[in-house]
Amino acid sequence: MLGMLFMVMSSSISSAQDKAVAFKGAHIIPISGNPIDNGVLVIQNGKILAVGDANTKIPSGAEIVDVTGQVLMPGLVDTHSHIGGGDGGDRSSSLHPDVRILDAIDPRSDTFRKALSGGITSANVMPGSGHLMSGQTVYLKLRKANTVEDMLLVVDVENNIYGGIKMANGTNPIGSSPPQPGTRAKSAAMVRELFVKAQNYQQKIKDAKGDESKMPPRDLQMETLVQVLEGKRTVHNHTHRHDDILTAIRLSQEFGYKLVLHHVSEAYKVAEEIAAAGVASSIITLDSFGGKLEAAEFSNISGAVLEEAGALVGFHTDDYITDSRTFLRSAAMGVREGMSREKALEAVTIANAIMMDIDNRVGSLENGKDADFILLSGDPFSVYTLVQETWIEGMKVWDRDNPDDKEYSTGGYEVFRGDVTTHHTDGDSK
Amino acid sequence: MRTFKNFALLLIVLFLTVDTFAQIAVKAGKVYTSAGDPIENGVVLIKDGKIQQVGPQSSVRIPSNYEVYEAAVVTPGLIDAHSVVGLAGYLNQPHDQDQLETSSAIQPELRAIDAYNAREKLVGHLRSLGVTTVHTGHGPGALISGQTMIIKTSAQSVNEGVLHPAKMLAFTMGSMLDGNIKTPGTRSKGIAMLRQDLIKAQSYLEKRNSKNPANIDLGMEALADLLEGKFTAMVTVHHANDIMTAIRLQKEFGFPMVLDGVAEAYLVLDEIKASGNAVFVHPTMMRAAGEAKNATMEMAAMLEEADIPFAFQSGFEGYVPKTRVILFEAAMAVAFGLDYDVAINKLTIDAAKILDIDDKVGSLVKGKDADVVLYDGDPFEFLTQVTHVIIDGKIMD
Repeated sequence: MLGMLFMVMSSSISSAQDKAVAFKGAHIIPISGNPIDNGVLVIQNGKILAVGDANTKIPSGAEIVDVTGQVLMPGLVDTHSHIGGGDGGDRSSSLHPDVRILDAIDPRSDTFRKALSGGITSANVMPGSGHLMSGQTVYLKLRKANTVEDMLLVVDVENNIYGGIKMANGTNPIGSSPPQPGTRAKSAAMVRELFVKAQNYQQKIKDAKGDESKMPPRDLQMETLVQVLEGKRTVHNHTHRHDDILTAIRLSQEFGYKLVLHHVSEAYKVAEEIAAAGVASSIITLDSFGGKLEAAEFSNISGAVLEEAGALVGFHTDDYITDSRTFLRSAAMGVREGMSREKALEAVTIANAIMMDIDNRVGSLENGKDADFILLSGDPFSVYTLVQETWIEGMKVWDRDNPDDKEYSTGGYEVFRGDVTTHHTDGDSK
Repeated sequence: MRTFKNFALLLIVLFLTVDTFAQIAVKAGKVYTSAGDPIENGVVLIKDGKIQQVGPQSSVRIPSNYEVYEAAVVTPGLIDAHSVVGLAGYLNQPHDQDQLETSSAIQPELRAIDAYNAREKLVGHLRSLGVTTVHTGHGPGALISGQTMIIKTSAQSVNEGVLHPAKMLAFTMGSMLDGNIKTPGTRSKGIAMLRQDLIKAQSYLEKRNSKNPANIDLGMEALADLLEGKFTAMVTVHHANDIMTAIRLQKEFGFPMVLDGVAEAYLVLDEIKASGNAVFVHPTMMRAAGEAKNATMEMAAMLEEADIPFAFQSGFEGYVPKTRVILFEAAMAVAFGLDYDVAINKLTIDAAKILDIDDKVGSLVKGKDADVVLYDGDPFEFLTQVTHVIIDGKIMD
């Protein structure tokens, strides 16, 4: 574990620039404050040194980059993606808290560059929804990397936590025969049973009071779920129907774990309940309802209704359900259906960073945060606006003016070699 | 008594007809007519379901009894050049999926009119986003999956608003056949099967035109109609080599054809241009996956650059979202290089021309159907709403 940590630290140090760089002239949307016309962003060593108006002090010797006429905002954070070619639990069980998607990620996957072309700099890459628990998710910084370790966003160094855990309810994890549940109630019972077991395991650890001889034998599933019970690992719960949403909330309250609802197709029906529970929603925008029974009453108004109810709301791509390249469009479609511009922008940046516990590092342009930002050709809500450049920790990682980069935005002959997948059917169900 | 009943019915019909055709004037900051330059501060007069007059507000007098609507922008009703709505329902359950019959690979006798559900929710969804006419029917997944039709999205049943009940035959080429169809197993076997059936159809047609026609065979009837040019082959195909195969088949049998999808068209633009075929370009945001892995967001712009006629389609979606929306797809094509005014034409008059319905719809010209879409801003912008849709002079809900 120390080795892994060392690699993470060394790679981020070697990738940062020692010299300060000042980006001048852009319309800056810091998210943490009001937009700034003709603003200045100063970065150094991969971090943000200063954000402000034209009078912002620029260190002597800093490299000046004129970005007049462009819009500069934080790199986008995607709370739910299937890029990177990973997988998750198999058909031997419906409960796989021990399975880590990080053990299956291909850091060279062209899908990462596709996501960069859409301005995404951090992503929660998840196993699918064909299981009640399909495995541990991984929070990645989309740095150019040779190893997945080079991409990890470490949530909890002490406890070796690099992501959350994926859960699902509703029809996706339901199957025709065991080990899959056959009904919704059975689904909930199976999850509760495993959490009760984890509570017992947790109690044994407490009872041991540090005495190694009294500790229960190591159990990867139990260790992970104890992290969940202790609030160190967030549950990312795929859910669509209003009653399934409430079931997800009910279980989180019974066991006291931290919950983010995902997709939440019928959030607009239970927005007050979601807000009252203090639970975050990571939602998707789609060009039509339907396609599966649970999405029959899907509506893009959920963003606006959740905002109105005062709930924390963010957007995700669920790439490939929607395309990472057009992630900003999600925010625009939210505004189209009534969200405020301010909340819609937060919903692709800081709100998502909060849901992933990485808001101390990313999601807004603030002094000391990672220098992850994007340059846009115009208003983030305009169809004509394109991502021009994507920067991570002070390094330009994607540039539309570079033809080798641009093709990941447009597509074309043999640009994308891997096959896209949602893992929605990994569990042998639909 | 019977006569009285009929008379009463006639009165009701007359009353309804009169009642539903309100005379309408639509004033807009910009009117795209798809028949010449857009008109600044224009007005569209609608009378009895038809376009009465279009011109600048300064020169067109609005009669006092006309209901006046205002919009930032107005376009002709949008024409979705290829969809499966009405056959592939939004629930995506076996009972509402009628776009593909998998019992055999070649079934040109399957009529779209026998399966179209005019009240399907996705039809209404497309209508609410400006689509007034849709070319829909059998989907991709079989060598010939069946027929297509053209209908107004206002229709409440397949007995009304049909512009063409049997327009095209839906072909699929490449390796995109549904897994439930066991034969053919390869590309070349599929083409051999098509050629064999078309050769049979040639003989059938010869007999049909003779004094002693053979017994009617519904499949052969459809293929004979194709050979006579009464049907057009709509060939869904993505790989460049398969596009060339489609053109080769067309040359051998001489039927009218539209190339559909064509993710790799940019590799064979000269050949497509030379073939004289029009294209239903894949949705701009179509997933770059499977046979369409090499798709590009710039395809529409490249087709325009190559001067190949094309139109936009919502296409077929097997999962979520269940349909795409041509207004959004055209908008994204503009973001990726397609000329703005050209995009408006592709959504309207150019689609109408490819579908041979431009005498009725596709532009705001006197005498054509009053299919008009009102927007509160630039139609392509994410934040712009379609405020009203008018079909045959009627304001839609």
